[in-house]
Amino acid sequence: MRIALFVTCVNDTLFPRTGQAVVRLLERLGHEVVFPAGQTCCGQMHYNTGYRRDAQRLAVRFVETFADHDVVLAPSGSCAAMVRDNYPRLAPAGSRLGRAAAEVAPRVLDLSELLVDVLGVTDVGAYFPHRVAYHPTCHGMRLLGLGDRPLRLLRAVRGLELVELPDAEECCGFGGTFAVKNPAVSAAMGWDKARNAAATGAEVLCAVDNSCLMHIGGVLRRQRSGMRVMHLAEILASTEKEAVR
Amino acid sequence: MSRTFLGMPPFPKAAEAAVADAQLRHNLHRATRTIRRTRGRAVAEVDDWEALRAAGAAIKDRTLRHLDRYLEQLEEAVTAAGGHVHWAVDAAEANAVVTELVRATGHREVVKVKSMATQEIGLNEALAEAGITAYETDLAELIVQLAEDRPSHILVPAIHRNRAEIREIFLRAMADWGRPAPADLTDDPRALAEAARRHLRERFLTAKVAVSGANFAVAETGTLVVLESEGNGRMCLTLPETLISVVGIEKLVPTWRDLEVFLRLLPRSSTGERMNPYTSMWTGVAPGDGPREFHLVLLDNGRTDVLADAVGRQTLRCIRCSACLNVCPVYERAGGHAYGSVYPGPIGAILTPQLRGTASEADAALPYASSLCGACFEVCPVAIDIPEVLVHLRERVVEQGGRPGERALLAAASWTLGDERRLAWAQRAAGAVRSLVPRRLPLGPAAAWTDTRDLPEIPAEPFRDWWARREKEDGR
Ligand code: SF4
Repeated sequence: MRIALFVTCVNDTLFPRTGQAVVRLLERLGHEVVFPAGQTCCGQMHYNTGYRRDAQRLAVRFVETFADHDVVLAPSGSCAAMVRDNYPRLAPAGSRLGRAAAEVAPRVLDLSELLVDVLGVTDVGAYFPHRVAYHPTCHGMRLLGLGDRPLRLLRAVRGLELVELPDAEECCGFGGTFAVKNPAVSAAMGWDKARNAAATGAEVLCAVDNSCLMHIGGVLRRQRSGMRVMHLAEILASTEKEAVR
Repeated sequence: MSRTFLGMPPFPKAAEAAVADAQLRHNLHRATRTIRRTRGRAVAEVDDWEALRAAGAAIKDRTLRHLDRYLEQLEEAVTAAGGHVHWAVDAAEANAVVTELVRATGHREVVKVKSMATQEIGLNEALAEAGITAYETDLAELIVQLAEDRPSHILVPAIHRNRAEIREIFLRAMADWGRPAPADLTDDPRALAEAARRHLRERFLTAKVAVSGANFAVAETGTLVVLESEGNGRMCLTLPETLISVVGIEKLVPTWRDLEVFLRLLPRSSTGERMNPYTSMWTGVAPGDGPREFHLVLLDNGRTDVLADAVGRQTLRCIRCSACLNVCPVYERAGGHAYGSVYPGPIGAILTPQLRGTASEADAALPYASSLCGACFEVCPVAIDIPEVLVHLRERVVEQGGRPGERALLAAASWTLGDERRLAWAQRAAGAVRSLVPRRLPLGPAAAWTDTRDLPEIPAEPFRDWWARREKEDGR
């Protein structure tokens, strides 16, 4: 299958490893990945902060860039949710953006949806001999309804020991600009998440959204915790041959 | 809204102080977790919960669509049953009406049933100015009143207090308000409840005037409904000679049958009970039974403005169950006072800025007091999409201007992200200085991040450059 990658601006700029892992994983599974060069950002930060017109402009660019692609992979739960859940709200009813968004939005998927629902695989042939805890990010869980798809994928990884994260469904406190507009509460939530993660004894905390992981990872690093954060794609991409760092 | 909240610092600052208060964090953590679990169990028992929730939302939406008609119907029904209906556009009008009604009875003391509407308008303070003392009779409200504190939760206004603190408050202040607490009072919940019971019992037996709110008002029959757990509300509603109920115009339900849905939704969402212990219903006055005089004050106080807004309107479905507070990770850490209003938590973050407007810094900060995690929407028994309304109100705040720093940053981001070449240029510029970024940054949003968290390392090569290089190497 030919899959268009919307890598997302955060991954593009700060976490290229995740994009590279997605490419490696999908090519290993025999699919073709294309990267439409005109892509930038889905507009989530502007939309969530109240800058509707900026978000609309970015949404127009997104739907134009991906109009001709059948399947669009966004390896970020909140970006996929932005397109699917919020684009219809962002577009005035009956507008060009509205119609285009209605066309494109349902074809935008998170990695676990693409693998489990479209490609029909849960065992992607990965090998990752580590203890892993999974944090279900809010938008992945509540807006996309990912359910146990990521867990099923992780359980099929050879060598991986999946441990349960206490209070897993509680928000990590990132929330985009919330993290800097309400730093005290955001940090308190992040520190609680990090404490729960540490209690599992896992080496790796995994999620489908690098922005949440940037926040939790930032706390873990500040605490000099040995625990690392990793995007689901990076775990699924690793094999015996090409172990991810 | 209640003047006691005036002068509170905006949410981020107030929350910072709350987060630093270990005792408060502990009290809130314990209390919200317990009630969260109870609610979860009570809701899981109901097979058709989602259908019930949809029905609740639909009934409220229908009511709001035809609110004018239902309000007139209610007025007619209440009047026909021997009650008097008064209309109040704002807090000042409502307070004046109630004050006048109490004065006319010749009494200077009123007992109160727990009510959000009267707190919203600052009724106790208005009565005090007129020389009338209002006695709160809900246990948690009593604690707040005795402590000269502010409520921090819709259902459990003293949720920020623990048993030991409550004992101290009773010992210190009960005597000033009536029957003192026993000198040997312990912090055993039963002993505390018993002290409150004895203290309040004297009030009920002497009070001639009561003030209440209502959970629901049935347009068809003119019936008012109060749900409670303690029975103190029922004392107030039945013993005094005069009953004055202050009710927001959104509390209506069209018919008696519609109540069924809410009597199932509310207790499970709010206290996690299948049925609340006391449900009191009254229709006008009944000779020889209960109050001889009944006044209903219908309060607008900004509600029609909320109604006029297509996205914000759903806020008026709220039945004040407080489930959204109990699951909110922000509320759990910031506490109720940080919201600077009698309506705290997620519902407060969307209701207060709609009732009061967003002109002040404090009110403009409220829509941002959320990480948009969506836990509130998930539990709301009338399916209010709180995150949607939060974002809608943020747009309103942005439209009204100001905040030049944030505006400039987001404009710069918008410009950079508006074109892939500009984004690529910015990525390379960041890559060039990657080794120079310090661990902690001194100012603005950067400091807000790095005070508590490390920044991610900036990679040597952004994804799009890696991709382009790969394409070239592959000769594609
Ligand atoms: S917004 Fe919903 S959950 Fe919150 S208090 Fe109102 S009805 Fe309850």
